[in-house]
Amino acid sequence: MDLSVRIGTLTLQNPLIAASGCFGYGVEYADLVDLASLGGVAVKGLFLEEREGHPAPRIVETPAGMLNAIGLQGIGVRRFIAEKLPELRARQATVIVNICGTTLDEYVELARILSDADGVAALELNISCPNIKEGGITFGCSLNGTFDVVSAVRKVTRLPVVPKLTPNVTDVSSFARAAEEAGADAVSLVNTFLAMAIDVETRRPKLSNIVGGLSGPAIRPIAVRMVYECRQAITIPIIGMGGIADARDAIEFMIAGASAVQVGTASFVDPFIWPKLLDGIRSYMERHHVARVADLVGTVDTGPAAPERSGA
Amino acid sequence: MPPVDVAAEVTSNQPLSADYNVLTLAAPAIAAAAAPGQFVMVKAGLGHDPLLRRPFSVFEVLRDARGAPTGISILNKRIGASTELLYAARQGQRLACLGPLGQPFVPVDPPVEAWMVAGGVGLAPFAALGESLSGRGVRATLFYGARRAAELFYLDFFRDLGVELVLTTEDGTAGERGRITVPLERALASRALVTPGAPPMIYACGPEAMMAAAAKLAMRYHAPCFVSMERTMGCGLGGCYGCVVAVRGPHGRAHHVRSCLAGPVMAGDQILWD
Ligand SMILES: Cc1cc2nc3c(=O)[nH]c(=O)nc-3n(C[C@H](O)[C@H](O)[C@H](O)COP(=O)(O)O)c2cc1C
Repeated sequence: MDLSVRIGTLTLQNPLIAASGCFGYGVEYADLVDLASLGGVAVKGLFLEEREGHPAPRIVETPAGMLNAIGLQGIGVRRFIAEKLPELRARQATVIVNICGTTLDEYVELARILSDADGVAALELNISCPNIKEGGITFGCSLNGTFDVVSAVRKVTRLPVVPKLTPNVTDVSSFARAAEEAGADAVSLVNTFLAMAIDVETRRPKLSNIVGGLSGPAIRPIAVRMVYECRQAITIPIIGMGGIADARDAIEFMIAGASAVQVGTASFVDPFIWPKLLDGIRSYMERHHVARVADLVGTVDTGPAAPERSGA
Repeated sequence: MPPVDVAAEVTSNQPLSADYNVLTLAAPAIAAAAAPGQFVMVKAGLGHDPLLRRPFSVFEVLRDARGAPTGISILNKRIGASTELLYAARQGQRLACLGPLGQPFVPVDPPVEAWMVAGGVGLAPFAALGESLSGRGVRATLFYGARRAAELFYLDFFRDLGVELVLTTEDGTAGERGRITVPLERALASRALVTPGAPPMIYACGPEAMMAAAAKLAMRYHAPCFVSMERTMGCGLGGCYGCVVAVRGPHGRAHHVRSCLAGPVMAGDQILWD
């Protein structure tokens, strides 16, 4: 049974990646999760400099999901390389670094610095964080901006470049196309949906930032639809995510067109979810006689339903 | 020791009032490793709604007749979907319980005295702490405030440990009427006159305004103080950065630390109370 998947020049041993912002810098989990057993670890979004992020409250639970407005608190790329990367390397994690900038030059600088570091497998360009005004979302919400930031980063690195797309646009697939044309090796989607929750007793927003990003099972059907639409629009691989909570959910994304998947919110609920997801994928493959997990990608059957399969 | 995730059986559910209950959970591994002030992350139901686990202080460490740890209890107050389910939990049901997590209270030894300051559900870490203090032979006092007499719980438990009680209620139905920080301040002031230079260790847990007041009083009277911060948590493991507390950082700047890793117990003079 072959669980490996390819993302550009990078081969992941399996399609499961810890989602950025939901797994700290990976080292927080080193004693709980065998980091080497994951397809990849996408670390918390990094700027060039340290950032303090938003004040509490930063998260609030909503039906089958949660809102977050962390504001990209982080230690900055240099401290990451000095303090976190060595342990990730020692634990043999496949490290995907999620990078954020306020300007094109910052993305380029981050890409340069990380390309020289030992132990980085890929760059995920966060042009989709809904929680900071000045951040990459201005790139992620403009087709030209997406094209420009991807091509600028492409020019300075040999690492796989994976822009992470926002769902907060009318047509995600046009952004996927812009990314592909600019030379992206893959795209990842979705980041969180811009959302809001209000305490009706006090009439105050439940988040200090007023608005935040919705994640978790509540968003899964929308995310699956977006992956499906992007699959029609581009030929580069898609890393799919949004509400995956068990193996069936992961497989659904792959059938919709994702070559690999990320899991965020569900790993908060069950930090030991990874081997369970892998076992579930394996048993699905056995049951359906799928030899290579990559063979599942984009196999959704949208032809006319055969009468005997149409159900009640 | 890394935390463990246990499908813990609910061995009892004791209602204390219309809003409060104590759940006992069979979890020997967590009980054996837990120190007072640490917390567990509990999933209240199956499925996706409610989705996240909730943090609970370890209320008591339960032991069998031979003294071997068998489980823990948590003090629950109905305030939302998860705590509603936990109020109604049935004996025999299993709850996913991850722990122990976070930083415990820094213990003291005689002759230092310990003053615990609790407001409402902020009693949560103090049964275990009271037990441990009395085991160390530390003279302890519990300053405990609630809305009304019927919401002051476990008083006999603390009396049996030899913990002195100072009570307040908002409606005056038990103890002094008003805030618990009023008798706390009085006690600090009179003690400073009688035995200057021997301040008690202050441990506080409750509403943020109460903890801020207790921490500021402690600073004024040069008493060490630790508070147990309450934040909504996503994971309890440092993964999400959702539960931060603002502390004094380098160069006096505000710095956000994760209360799940740096806390929940933190030094009161490090926190930027607003
Ligand atoms: C608390 C939190 C923090 C996040 N931080 C980041 C981040 O730093 N960079 C990023 O690209 N995405 C971030 N995300 C988005 C996730 O990586 C993911 O795209 C989204 O949560 C959907 O997946 P899920 O439903 O499995 O959580 C964050 C999500 C959450 C819940």
